[in-house]
Amino acid sequence: MNNALLTKFINKNRRTDTPEFRPGDTIRVHVKIKEGDKERLQAFEGTVIARKNTGMGESITVRKVSFGQGVERIFPLNARVIDHIDLVRTGRVRRAKLYYLRGLKGKAARLRERE
Amino acid sequence: MSPGILGKKIGMTQVFRPDGQAVPVTLLKAGPCMVVQRKTPNTDGYDAVQLGFIEFIKPSRLTKPHTGHLKKAGAEGARFLRELPLRPGDDDLKPGDKVLVDQFKPKDKVDVIGVSKGRGFAGLVKRHHFRGGADTHGSMFHRAPGSIGASSFPSRVLPGMRMAGHMGSERVTVRNLEVIDVDTEDNVLVVKGAVPGPNGGYVVVRRAKR
Repeated sequence: MNNALLTKFINKNRRTDTPEFRPGDTIRVHVKIKEGDKERLQAFEGTVIARKNTGMGESITVRKVSFGQGVERIFPLNARVIDHIDLVRTGRVRRAKLYYLRGLKGKAARLRERE
Repeated sequence: MSPGILGKKIGMTQVFRPDGQAVPVTLLKAGPCMVVQRKTPNTDGYDAVQLGFIEFIKPSRLTKPHTGHLKKAGAEGARFLRELPLRPGDDDLKPGDKVLVDQFKPKDKVDVIGVSKGRGFAGLVKRHHFRGGADTHGSMFHRAPGSIGASSFPSRVLPGMRMAGHMGSERVTVRNLEVIDVDTEDNVLVVKGAVPGPNGGYVVVRRAKR
């Protein structure tokens, strides 16, 4: 669909250091946070429930339950704010978008590990 | 230094600056170009270069007069020709000289001229950003123009009244776009922001006037 030169430009500019993961996997995203003139890393661990778009605008939605409250963060995958991503655990799921997890909690929201 | 270069729009994407800022960019296939004709005050009454955008064109697609015109400079496959006036500080370019993207470097400012996408016969909401009426709640006024003036005085519609009509397919200049990246190997020029016209449309990239 895309022009060959556009694809080449995107491949040159995109980040190549992100590990391979799929929706359903649990990952830890280390985000750079600026406080005044100091920079530190903050980790956000949760389940990938969606992976959207391709190219430079590719993004993921990560969901976790914090003190009984569901929290979701959307990360642009190619952005510099992400320091690195760790794959914590794989998960076996049967669809690409796991929005149904929002309506489940506790034991029902568990995902089986992928072989 | 050439006053500009001709190109073709490839498409848009985004890049991230080192400070993390996302920048929308347009990729242009800029060049290779060739000087096809040199207009001089003596022969033509003004000072300009005619550039041709070199690409693969079936010879049968070009008219014989066009082919003959290109032959003088040896610029084969230049379907898209545009003239650029020479400004002080520009090189004295001769027919047959090549103009390539390496003329530009990141942080340069350029103006991009293209033909905007045609919208056909467009209504007022699209063409002049009129608000239109409500779609529901019994509204019988959706996208109609409404009143276009008073009655017996002046008994006519004032000139310049904004109405529906043909929109797009016109020459548009976008000024002072920043050059983000230059790929001399593939002749790709990356500029910040949007550029008029569809992907694959021809554009003129000119050094920013101000």
